[in-house]
Amino acid sequence: MRIAAKGLIDRTKPVTFTFDGKSYSGFRGDTLASALMANGVRLVGRSFKYHRPRGILTAGPEEPNAMVEVLDGASQSPNTRATVQEIYDGLAAQSQNRWPSLRYDLLSVNDLAAPFLSAGFYYKTFMWPRAFWEGIYEPLIRRAAGLGRLKPQNETASYEKAFAFCDLLVIGSGPAGLMAALTAARAGADVILAEQDSVMGGRLLSDDGTLGMPWVDATLAELRALPNVRLMARTTVVGAYDQGTYAALERVGLHLPAAPHLPRECFWRIVAGQSILATGALERPIAFDNNDRPGIMLASAALTYLNRFGVVPGQKVTLFANNDHARQAVRQLMAAGVQVAAILDSRADASTVEDCPVYLSAAVTDTQGRHGLTEISGTHADGAFKIDTDCLLMSGGWNPLVNIACHQNARPIWREDIAAFVPHSGMVPGLTAAGAANGAFSTHAALREGADAAVAALTDLGRTATAPDLPQAEDAPYRLQPLWAVPGKGRAWLDFANDVTVKDVKLAAQEGYTSVEHMKRYTTQGMAPDQGKNSNVSALAVLADATGRGIAETGTTTFRAPFTPVSIGAMGAGGQGAGFAPQRYMTSDQASRDRGAPMIEAGLWYRPSYFPKPGETTWRQSCDREVLMVRSAVGVADVSTLGKIDIQGPDAARFLDFVYTNTFSTLPVGRVRYGLMLREDGFVLDDGTTARLGDTHYLMTTTTAAAGQVMRHLDFVHQAYCADWQVRFISVTESWAQFAVAGPMAKMLLNALLDQRIDDFPFMTYGEVSVEGVKARLFRISFSGEEGYEIAVPTAYGEALFRDLLAKAETLGGGAYGMEALNVMRIEKGFITHAEIHGRITAFDIGMAKMVASKKDCIGKAASQRPGLMGPDREQLVGLRPVTKTEIGAGAHLFNLGDKVERVNDQGYVTSVCWSPTMESYLGLAFLKDGRARHGQRVRLVDHMRKTDVLCEVTDPVFLDPEGAKLRA
Amino acid sequence: MRLTCPLCGTRDRREFYYSGSEDYLNRPAEGAPIEAWDDMLHLRTNPAGVTKDLWYHETGCGSWLLVTRNTVTHAVLATELVAARKGGAA
Amino acid sequence: MPNLIAKSALFARTPLTLSGTTLAEAQVGQTTSVAAFAGKLPEVTAALGGFPAPNTVLGNLIWTGPEQVFVLGQTPDLTGLAAVTDQSGGWAALRLSGPMAADTLMRLYPLDLRASHFPKNTCARAPLGHMQSILIAEEAGFLILIFRSMARTAWHEIETALQALTARAAAI
Repeated sequence: MRIAAKGLIDRTKPVTFTFDGKSYSGFRGDTLASALMANGVRLVGRSFKYHRPRGILTAGPEEPNAMVEVLDGASQSPNTRATVQEIYDGLAAQSQNRWPSLRYDLLSVNDLAAPFLSAGFYYKTFMWPRAFWEGIYEPLIRRAAGLGRLKPQNETASYEKAFAFCDLLVIGSGPAGLMAALTAARAGADVILAEQDSVMGGRLLSDDGTLGMPWVDATLAELRALPNVRLMARTTVVGAYDQGTYAALERVGLHLPAAPHLPRECFWRIVAGQSILATGALERPIAFDNNDRPGIMLASAALTYLNRFGVVPGQKVTLFANNDHARQAVRQLMAAGVQVAAILDSRADASTVEDCPVYLSAAVTDTQGRHGLTEISGTHADGAFKIDTDCLLMSGGWNPLVNIACHQNARPIWREDIAAFVPHSGMVPGLTAAGAANGAFSTHAALREGADAAVAALTDLGRTATAPDLPQAEDAPYRLQPLWAVPGKGRAWLDFANDVTVKDVKLAAQEGYTSVEHMKRYTTQGMAPDQGKNSNVSALAVLADATGRGIAETGTTTFRAPFTPVSIGAMGAGGQGAGFAPQRYMTSDQASRDRGAPMIEAGLWYRPSYFPKPGETTWRQSCDREVLMVRSAVGVADVSTLGKIDIQGPDAARFLDFVYTNTFSTLPVGRVRYGLMLREDGFVLDDGTTARLGDTHYLMTTTTAAAGQVMRHLDFVHQAYCADWQVRFISVTESWAQFAVAGPMAKMLLNALLDQRIDDFPFMTYGEVSVEGVKARLFRISFSGEEGYEIAVPTAYGEALFRDLLAKAETLGGGAYGMEALNVMRIEKGFITHAEIHGRITAFDIGMAKMVASKKDCIGKAASQRPGLMGPDREQLVGLRPVTKTEIGAGAHLFNLGDKVERVNDQGYVTSVCWSPTMESYLGLAFLKDGRARHGQRVRLVDHMRKTDVLCEVTDPVFLDPEGAKLRA
Repeated sequence: MRLTCPLCGTRDRREFYYSGSEDYLNRPAEGAPIEAWDDMLHLRTNPAGVTKDLWYHETGCGSWLLVTRNTVTHAVLATELVAARKGGAA
Repeated sequence: MPNLIAKSALFARTPLTLSGTTLAEAQVGQTTSVAAFAGKLPEVTAALGGFPAPNTVLGNLIWTGPEQVFVLGQTPDLTGLAAVTDQSGGWAALRLSGPMAADTLMRLYPLDLRASHFPKNTCARAPLGHMQSILIAEEAGFLILIFRSMARTAWHEIETALQALTARAAAI
């Protein structure tokens, strides 16, 4: 019910929205909760376990009941708190956890089965038989006891992430936060003020007290005018991390109709020199029988609905409280013309002076009303009572919102005088609590603590600040007498969101779960989307009582980030598609795509898989043709993705001798040598060729996959072991486009294209050439086993050269070849890649033990010679050839003939396979125990994945041209 | 988490690659007994408290850093350039 | 003159302007890495006529690492003093200028890029998303050097961030 002349909503801007398909209207500035309340809607959801009808309990992000699904284009956001979701034209929300409708929910039968659904229900019921766990019990539980649902489609909505930096982060914009921000801002500090609500002001927006809106407006106006202040509304700080880093979630587009590119949310990383926790406090419910009916809410929530939204939650209101502060709510409701039936104060000595009946020593013991409250009953000083009421406000006192202070595992301390946990200094380095979050509940105290905390924080940052004069504000003492639960026979809810009652906690204690962490897991108290914000302290108070301990001794459970739920989409913002894996394109990319080549990922790179010709319908047809083309004519492939590291300096040769197992100081200028690099633990890191470009100048190549790893390794070796050597290196991978030209006609092709002839250019030679007027580097190396060259030009010329090379190759009966053919040819030659050197392989295993030079030290040398890394027990690189023409697959395991196929008999595994059109056979590379001594023997190749069992002959890994006559041609 | 690169200043943890213990800096001389290599490669103290480890400013300046930090409080106590250490020569 | 056609990383890409902020490919020309050999920094500094402090730009010298700079334009003879490596084609250059430039890049870089903290002639080796880059503050925006192969992704990431900011401004 909306009332006139109250609230911060814009009554000139009506907004239409739907809830469960029915259309309603509200005003801009309304939350879904306030708008529904204004429309007289009390029933908004069903509870988690018992499917109890539920209404609105709170007016903030802690809401445990009023959670809905918001339908937004392709998205469906479950467990959206109606108390946070702002309405906008076209907003479509629906209740959740009910079927077929909110009013008639068939699963409310669970409520009748409540005696069986108590704490530990799952543990006790779904135990046997074990075979039922995954197939039957889990789906059953998930269907019956869920909250909102997601859509199964991929999330396509956009999210944003961003970084922010400040001297002082103020979390919360109530009196403490505003005062802290103002103090720091006037001192010139760089301030961020983050507020979860859409409007700044915190409780000052709801209290309608002595300070009120004029001061809030004036303060915000001053802050807004200062260039050193950023006001971040709708931004919830959700976690405190190391070195002053805070995570915050901003609702960017959730309160607006979807628009192109408009992010739903932004996930902020805020780095702050100092921070002030001014998150305020949350009012506590009181547990009594049937305290969960729609119409029962927190007293402070009623104040917020009244003053912030101009809505009253009922026609005839009652208050049940244990403290003075809660009376504010009924006084203001009365002033607004609402009938108040009674104040029920649990204390014996409280004041009775109010404009309505006040009963002391009161306790509400039961409530009535199926879909909404109609009546309460209980006892007070004068005896039993029954009161007709449609709205019961409750207040069990206040819990400072200490969560963020506890995110680094420090525990808050119990203050008996206010019956609450408060933070202490040093819980999060640089974070200070102020105001209600620190247990200072009066407005005056909050203003003072905010100002003082800001002065102290700025002092820590080496700045000076002075506290402004504090405005006049309410400074009433906080008087309460703890009351956690009213004794009763029925169910009294503690955790509304997970349906945990006082009985459940007591049962947990009785069954031995007396530690608060055990109780939590046994009852699931505090494990719902609200993470126990409404129930943790009360539940542990009940547990303390049940176990005869004090509350301080019982302690709290661990407060973890995030403070409020964060969508995975927001956390992963910027990590979709290219944001997660940047796409690297070679200069030949367009030319390859023009020829119809499918591209495959090689690390971050995109490389052509094969180049289909008309009539070819499978990749194998194209691949086979390309292999035979290279072996008989000439092929061109872009190999620019290989890492290239330019190494210079008087100590360059010495450095290479140290990082490679073999010797490079003896390599003549203009020559190329294959090098093997180990990790310090003796296993192979990478391999590649290195050319000596000049006396003090080398060019190293790495594999595509390990380029970054090798650079990191070289940097480490240089900086850790020989920083004083005269050597520097830098990646030039991106500076040169490099193309392999391979085949018997390779030289013919190059002679036709280069500006000079290369008739005398032997294998493993390097030379500077020019091609069509462009300086180029030419290497005579081969990864195919054919006469091969690699020509490199500055990257800008890459595409043009690739197109020219292809055109020329085609006139010679050659053409482009892709990754598939490249792979087949290297397997035919027994050349290794990271399929073989996968991190558990030594130089000995690949038959390169002799490459570990004996005359010098190198990285990994000592460890590579450890016992166990050499000898017949090692699995060694071999070739495999099926005895019949049967397809084989990588990943298959090898067994001796006659052995049972089981792990203990495993002899090795297959790393690479191909169909070799050259040899007309399937070929494999494998690691086989004592493999080098077993050439000519037969092994069984068993592949459980592909269901093959193939007899293979063990061979030398070099299948083709073992003497290398072709590549030296 | 943030680390201070002595060259680049305080930077987000995502710019750094974590390598492991400072023990990797103590490379035994050629011919050292296998136990010395075992110490360097494998034996770690894993303290609850102050520890020193190696980080690489991978998406930054490429410097290797020796970081002193507390595994209990997460405080970063010092960072220094590996290259600037005394006795770094092989 | 060479007969081969040279193409930049984002050849023929039309600049993008949103919210008065423009993203365009830039041409920085001859780019050379100079890395001083151990103990040779004084001689290198003398030959270059100066050496920028870490994270700064000094004339045509951009600090890129320990005792290392990128030189835009001509490099003097530094034989025996430094490793001198041509980097011209290896880096794509993107220029983002206009009022939303810093906010846009603070979606992608974990750095405080506000002019008060990252003024003109400041530079940083820092990741643009997951990509290594060199970021340089200019008079009215930023110059971003990125590995040439990743230029398209970098463009896409910056465009996406700028689009989101523009949509935010329109949404109020």
